[in-house]
Amino acid sequence: MDAFLILEDGQVFKGKSFGARKEVICEVVFNTSMTGYLEVLTDPSYQGQGVVMTYPLIGNYGVCLEDAESVKPWHSAFIVRELSRTASNFRSEQDLESYLIANDIPGIQGVDTRAITKILREEGCMGGMITTNPDFDLDELLPKLKGYQVKDAVKTVSRKEKEHFPGDGLKVALLDLGTKSNIANSLNKRGCDVTVYPAFTAAEEILGDQPDGIMLSNGPGDPKECVSIIKEIKKLYDSDVPIFAICLGHQLMALANGADTRKMRFGHRGGNHPVKDLATGRVYISSQNHGYVIKKESVPKNLAEVSFINVNDKSIEGLRYKGKNVRTVQFHPEASPGPVDTAYLFDEFIEMMKGAKNA
Amino acid sequence: MPRIESIKKVLVIGSGPIVIGQAAEFDYAGTQACRALQEEGIEVVLVNSNPATIMTDKDIADKVYIEPLTAEVVEKIVEKEKPDSILPTLGGQAALNLAMELEEKGFLEKSGVRLIGTSSTTIRKAEDRQEFKDTMEKIGEPIAAGKVVTDIPAGAEFAEEIGYPVVCRPAYTLGGSGGGIAHDREELEVILENGLRLSRVGEVLVERYIGGWKEVEYEVMRDASGTCITVCNMENIDPVGVHTGDSIVVAPSQTLGDKEYQMLRTSALNIITELKVNGGCNVQFALNPDSFEYCVIEVNPRVSRSSALASKATGYPIAKVTAKIAIGYNLDEIPNAITGKTYASFEPMLDYCVVKMPRLPFDKFIHAKRTLTTQMKATGEVMSICDNFEGALMKAIRSLEQNVDSLIFGSYGDMSDEELTKELEKIDDMRIYVIAEAIRRGFDYNTIFNITKIDRWFLDKIAVLVEMEKKLKEAGELDRELLAEAKRLEFPDSVIGKLTGKTAKEIKQLRNQFGLHAAYKMVDTCAAEFEASTPYYYSVYGSENEVEELSKKKKVMVLGSGPIRIGQGIEFDYCSVHSVWALRDVGYETIIVNNNPETVSTDFDVADKLYFEPLTAEDVESIVDLEKPDGAVVQFGGQTAIKLTQALMEMGVPILGTSAENVDAAEDRELFDEILEECCIPRPKGTTVFTCEEALNAAHDLGYPVLVRPSYVLGGQGMQIAVSDEDIVSFIEIINRQTQEHPILIDKYLVGREVEVDAVCDGEEIIIPGIMEHIERAGIHSGDSISVYPTINLSDKVKRVIAEYTRKLAKSLNVVGLINIQFIVCDEEVYVIEVNPRSSRTVPYISKVTGIPIVDLAAKVIAGAKIRNLEYKPGLQEESEYYAIKKPVFSFEKLRGAEVSLGPEMKSTGECLGVSKNYNEALYKAFLGAGINLPKYKKMILTVKDSDKIDAVDIGRRFVDLGYEIFSTRSTCRVLNENGVPAHPINKLEEESPNLLDLILDDKIDLIIDTPSQGVGRSRDGFLIRRYAIETGVTCLTSLDTADALLTSLESGSRDNLSVVDIAQI
Repeated sequence: MDAFLILEDGQVFKGKSFGARKEVICEVVFNTSMTGYLEVLTDPSYQGQGVVMTYPLIGNYGVCLEDAESVKPWHSAFIVRELSRTASNFRSEQDLESYLIANDIPGIQGVDTRAITKILREEGCMGGMITTNPDFDLDELLPKLKGYQVKDAVKTVSRKEKEHFPGDGLKVALLDLGTKSNIANSLNKRGCDVTVYPAFTAAEEILGDQPDGIMLSNGPGDPKECVSIIKEIKKLYDSDVPIFAICLGHQLMALANGADTRKMRFGHRGGNHPVKDLATGRVYISSQNHGYVIKKESVPKNLAEVSFINVNDKSIEGLRYKGKNVRTVQFHPEASPGPVDTAYLFDEFIEMMKGAKNA
Repeated sequence: MPRIESIKKVLVIGSGPIVIGQAAEFDYAGTQACRALQEEGIEVVLVNSNPATIMTDKDIADKVYIEPLTAEVVEKIVEKEKPDSILPTLGGQAALNLAMELEEKGFLEKSGVRLIGTSSTTIRKAEDRQEFKDTMEKIGEPIAAGKVVTDIPAGAEFAEEIGYPVVCRPAYTLGGSGGGIAHDREELEVILENGLRLSRVGEVLVERYIGGWKEVEYEVMRDASGTCITVCNMENIDPVGVHTGDSIVVAPSQTLGDKEYQMLRTSALNIITELKVNGGCNVQFALNPDSFEYCVIEVNPRVSRSSALASKATGYPIAKVTAKIAIGYNLDEIPNAITGKTYASFEPMLDYCVVKMPRLPFDKFIHAKRTLTTQMKATGEVMSICDNFEGALMKAIRSLEQNVDSLIFGSYGDMSDEELTKELEKIDDMRIYVIAEAIRRGFDYNTIFNITKIDRWFLDKIAVLVEMEKKLKEAGELDRELLAEAKRLEFPDSVIGKLTGKTAKEIKQLRNQFGLHAAYKMVDTCAAEFEASTPYYYSVYGSENEVEELSKKKKVMVLGSGPIRIGQGIEFDYCSVHSVWALRDVGYETIIVNNNPETVSTDFDVADKLYFEPLTAEDVESIVDLEKPDGAVVQFGGQTAIKLTQALMEMGVPILGTSAENVDAAEDRELFDEILEECCIPRPKGTTVFTCEEALNAAHDLGYPVLVRPSYVLGGQGMQIAVSDEDIVSFIEIINRQTQEHPILIDKYLVGREVEVDAVCDGEEIIIPGIMEHIERAGIHSGDSISVYPTINLSDKVKRVIAEYTRKLAKSLNVVGLINIQFIVCDEEVYVIEVNPRSSRTVPYISKVTGIPIVDLAAKVIAGAKIRNLEYKPGLQEESEYYAIKKPVFSFEKLRGAEVSLGPEMKSTGECLGVSKNYNEALYKAFLGAGINLPKYKKMILTVKDSDKIDAVDIGRRFVDLGYEIFSTRSTCRVLNENGVPAHPINKLEEESPNLLDLILDDKIDLIIDTPSQGVGRSRDGFLIRRYAIETGVTCLTSLDTADALLTSLESGSRDNLSVVDIAQI
């Protein structure tokens, strides 16, 4: 069946429908990863977004459910050049199409994903609609698409109940702002005892459990929308418990301390972003997924120093808070998908917790 | 870290002659590196024995030594030039081995020269089997259970321990020479014996066989700060067991999930980190298709064939970045030339699919075994890009130029299913077509997978193509949807036509009617994330076009030469690239079309625009429709480009330079005879025939021996010397196995000196840079002959006649641009044997040794310049005071079962040069450069055909004078002894031991001279002697002329104090 991708600037791409047959409006973004479509689909940070995969052949190795980064896919829609009709991998449990149908996510294939990516690159991420109804009325539709915003994203994706992943080592409280499961796994793997808290948990409750360290996760949406969470994070900051934050957590920590964020034109989404550790001069390839970034000039000099920058656009990729055991990064050391080059940051977090404990 | 200021003068070592396993990719890498160094103000000294390369141009390096790549020669150059550094990682295994030899001898330390880029410790850790194993074990990277052995019993013992089959890999050999898979003790002994001999250090690794696992490669980079990145990963469609150079390869990997992809990526980065590689590195993995189990197969701490492929597949210039890292830069200090916004410290993201296919030489060596193993056999490769795998595969197939343009190929139709199953078991270059047939018959994927171990995803893609064949066959009317889908899968019009019972032209009309046109997308390293201005394009159907108008300049399209094959090598890339540069200089916007990822011409900054496309009429026409070039140049791209002349004219594209009619006139026997007659130029008598009967009559009229060949062929393909009716019948039968559109030529075979000229003509006047004389008498293909410039045996009168004939012929054929003419000089008479109004194999050679840039001149003439206005006086130029001798180099050891003896059909894969003021020394250097470093043991075998016996006496005597002990079969021995030359008789192969074979295997033989009798009557014995010689690494000569030249070089005593010549100063 034919399907259409309609962008808020009025451009329409015709392709074939796959996955669920339903009409959705979403923010259209692109991701340049060549592998890891399941991890992308199940990353809660994509809540409310329709993702264009720039790699044209998707679904080749099917769906290996153990690779999922959360309980379900969060995309509003999946936009690909060509969906593989065969799923070939020893771990594959089902093909991508049936997975999307089962999770009620619509897809469109056979569209010129490169052309769409170029539009998003030039004009910035924008509202869009996927539909199988050919009788759409652009005049009526476009204002709706233009007005589309991802709302209440963190609330939607964060878990509702506390969850415990036992371990023999240090006690880590992980605040789930839309966390990928590999954050908890990465800590667990290193022996940590991890408790995951819903996003709207009060700081007092977390601190009351006396964790050795606090981890703030990634998550979707505009960070400035998270007003109440920011307040709680400020309290966590003041507690002197070591904190490591990723992505949205990194942004919220900055906002909690008076810095500012802005929306990027088309963001960073993919597995090839070079970040430079300013202390060593070494560059790491990182996995990224963010549409907002901390404004460079907004970070007070006495608050934090920039620990990582993006080699391409020089934007802030990491902060080290002065006089505090607080480190935050914009990229994803938990990878999944993407390179695991910065996984050592979890080890550093553990060292930081040990140091604080011994002090 | 910024650049190391103390690096001011760098010696770059090239890879030497083109052989299987080491080809044009190192010219690409070396050229890029030299330019990257020069950009930094560093003085570059280059040494490479291969004159057909672009890197040996004087505008690429400051000092150019086309000298043999031996430690002694490099030491001499170092002493003379005093570079502060040597860059060894861009000239393949040859350069790496050479650098290691210099290091181990203590020469580098003694002369205060450092290796830059990767250190000798790193090289040893990666290359030495035991050190490599220890290193991998240290960092916990799995390798297949293996053991380095230095003798056969130890190998056999280990094999018993881990169980057969086992793989044998000799240390320090290129293209996996001498390696193989042994299934039992008997096979193991054969392979080990051979491998131990070929290994520079006498070591072979025997390891667990992991055939059938997925083979995946990662191209990684590291800088001195420790930053590591992956440029590209590639998946071999052919599982482990087939050398990656012979495999069909796809980039990026298609069947690996992110977990597998990252697992191997991390492993590759751990390995280069531990090895401390500075620059590009290739890591090959085997991955169990049923688990996460993997092992590291091999690490190449240098740029390689795969890195050239990865560079072209991604747009990331690995060699250039490697050179920058070698002089101190970090990856984040090197800008990405494609985006201008990003840096070399990122990982390219592809939004397309790349397929590489090997070009195998079985059309030249019809008796060689087609089986593909861990020993590489391909002479070249093609790459194609598309936004779907099927399309990329279809484009790659037709880019190979083997008269195949779809998966419908081979005579499998009549086979039973059982027979077809047997065919599937064969691992050879036909496998993909067999799989297609199996799918056509409905074999299920599991059956095919269980036999071939080719991933089901690829089988399904082949099935998509097979289903499209069926849909087209069954389609009554071809509707837009079906045609659009067929084009998206890159079915050419001709194939769609065949399947639907229409002509290609009708399909094209239908396409036009439906508005189905190729669109072009850009290769930009970043999947469109950043704006890029790289003019590097590939075609797709069903997407938006991205090509933009660059300028208002006149546009010229230069057609490249496609994959490297015997008869059409790197020299045509040299010509294409130089013509592009010259045409750009005179104000054209240049567009190059080519599909060979190994070459300089497909580097994105050579021409103003690069189209990475098959060189077929349809593919070229799509580009023409879009670009509307003002003209096309076909004379620099070998037969590949010439073949497109007619089609281009039909598209309305003017052919710049010599016109198509005149190209035809040179090939058409009757037209050509008329021209010769008008010019009063003699040629060996001959005629054209179609049938065997006509051929026999012609041969009788002319008298034997006669030369038989099809017209319009490459490298003397199918050319034979017939000495009897029996030969004629046999040859004509072979030629007519393929339908001939053109007649067969029968010529009187004259035994004389073969002479060759390349010239530039503007339609009126010519420049002849020099005359080249062949050492071997006529009858051996010019590409396989040793070629000498300036000539040594020609009288001034003959030279004048040659110059005059060249002028007359060029003028009569209205040549505008290059012309190559071959003559035979017989008793002071000059005969023309062949005229090619285009560039030739000898163009780079003659340009370099005379210092006259003839491609440049030809391109300018094509663009309208007159020779009078270019700074050379017309006519034959003055001879150089240097002798430059070009020696062909062969790759016979890579091709089991290939006939070694030389004849009218070309067999060499590359060439090297010897340059000196002294003829004998030049000759010595030419042999040395070709790897013939004598004497060693001073023992040789001399056995010749009857007609050579008298000449053999003198040859034998001279070898005896040099101290050689000669062994000969009885008849040759008798003649030698009767003439006072001491020689030992030795039994023939089929006779009892000790016989010739024992002598060869005894390892104490320097040289075998064996001249085979002509015609079909040649003996099996001689064939086997020559094969054994090659496979045991013994030099084998099949012409007494070559032997005479070798003697001359040895007699001169040049060995002791070789001179080195900077040809940039000539």
